[in-house]
Amino acid sequence: MKGTAWKFGNDIDTDIIIPGRYLIYTDEERLSQHCMEGVDDKFNEKCKKGDFIVAGKNFGCGSSREHAPIALKGIGVAAVIAESFARIFYRNATNVGVPLLEAPGITELVKDGDEIEVDMESGTITSMNGETITFKKLPPFMLEILEQGGLIEYLKNKR
Amino acid sequence: MPTMSEKILAKASGKDSVEAGDIVIANIDVAMTHDLTGPLSVESFEKIGVGKVWDPTKIVIPFDHQVPADSIDSANNHMIMRNFVKKQGIKNFYDVNAGVCHQILPELGHVVPGEVIVGADSHTCTHGALGAFSTGIGSTDMAMVFAEGNLWFKVPETNRFNITGELKENVYAKDVILNIIGQVGADGSTYKACEFAGETVSNMSISDRMVLTNMAIEMGGKTGLVEPDKKTVAYVESRSKKPYKVFKTDLNSSSLNVIDVDVSDLEPQVACPHHVDNVKPVSEVDQEIDQVFIGSCTNGRISDLRDAAKILKGKKIAKGTRMLVIPASKEVYSKALDEGLIRIFIDAGALVSAPCCGPCLGGHTGIIGPGEVSLSTSNRNFKGRQGSPDGKVFLSSAAVAAASAIEGKIVAPE
Repeated sequence: MKGTAWKFGNDIDTDIIIPGRYLIYTDEERLSQHCMEGVDDKFNEKCKKGDFIVAGKNFGCGSSREHAPIALKGIGVAAVIAESFARIFYRNATNVGVPLLEAPGITELVKDGDEIEVDMESGTITSMNGETITFKKLPPFMLEILEQGGLIEYLKNKR
Repeated sequence: MPTMSEKILAKASGKDSVEAGDIVIANIDVAMTHDLTGPLSVESFEKIGVGKVWDPTKIVIPFDHQVPADSIDSANNHMIMRNFVKKQGIKNFYDVNAGVCHQILPELGHVVPGEVIVGADSHTCTHGALGAFSTGIGSTDMAMVFAEGNLWFKVPETNRFNITGELKENVYAKDVILNIIGQVGADGSTYKACEFAGETVSNMSISDRMVLTNMAIEMGGKTGLVEPDKKTVAYVESRSKKPYKVFKTDLNSSSLNVIDVDVSDLEPQVACPHHVDNVKPVSEVDQEIDQVFIGSCTNGRISDLRDAAKILKGKKIAKGTRMLVIPASKEVYSKALDEGLIRIFIDAGALVSAPCCGPCLGGHTGIIGPGEVSLSTSNRNFKGRQGSPDGKVFLSSAAVAAASAIEGKIVAPE
């Protein structure tokens, strides 16, 4: 996967990913219009399908709102790559089909707006100048959940 | 030797013992979702296509985030949930007049020691104050619980905060937990059970213990817990008919990390924008305020309203500062009325609203505008949390909030 990396800081909470006033919506389209509005109200214009979010530690902390990964999915984020993730968000994102890649060192490797390449099979991220770091590869069942678009689709297809 | 989390999760998964790091499938005793996360849970549940929920008696649905409905969209969400409640035969449904979920669940006897409780709300960790393993989950996980009655968990390790020392006057449980979060950081207990123990906690009321457990998530905690004691048993037996089981932590547990906290010299604390771990003593903060909010699942209980009323009695809030007081439940509101606290708030110039989450999450009432500053007794001060991303939110105890409303700036009570 190749795409642009949009870079954010540490402790990006789910209120930033989708502010509380939009939780009355449940659909991907309307939620995605306000994705990351807490820090960048133009994000829905600049983020293209297949782009990446790169962030520091504790991405997704705070509220358990599943609206947050749904907004990221709706806007077409191919994966969130962070130094570390908060746990409720980690489960929710996997459940709705947004890959989260824990890659220590990512914030050193990538600048905002860089093109990066992510190889899910080898577990590597390559920057514009060819530097590579590794992330913790996802187990096969999790890859399957993500490929099928989330936990519920995965379970329905298994039946 | 196991921790109380390990013991509760072993019981819930039908095993003799489990260890931190094990993945278990635990039976759920209580599943809670509310008016804001409920519609997504119902949508996901319907996609699963099983028709009926596993056990309607174990589901609790309170409306609290947007009550009464403030838009057609929220009215629609309420209708989705009322229809779901009717169709599934859910008896434990609390419409717009009941109060904040994390206050009414224990008040109305839905929480007892030894249970596994999940809620589609991150502050579900509050209920560990009564010795239950209680945690926040998303809507898809909630849909799975509705369908199956169980959920997978990774058994967490435990950070046990051993809190000692007598709190000085005007220092409260909120100051203790803000101080702890300031020390360990917003990810200082990620995926860990946060136990609160020690003589200071033993001396605290159930309400105060709920302040500690409520904010476990603000340091990344999977749950907050307090070992049940006589106070817990008295509280639970007066409110619930459910059977319960008391579990305690074995102090020689290998998955236990004990952190000693001495609070005897602690001063009133405030969390500064835009992170809950940006904590300072009130004495180091010089900040004028536009709005004060006393309420929420953290500090909207009767003891908080009493603390605030004691300070506000016979006083007026500062010109140019507005103050919202929102009791956390119908029971709290009734007590505050009976005790004359509401009169004190109104005479001081405050606005008193019906029980709900209020400005805490910036989706309903009391939203702040660009550049405005809010001092709030709630649990989060994230950028934009209470409205404009250009506003600022500070967090404190109810006593600091009341004293600050009188001065129009953040001060400690004298």
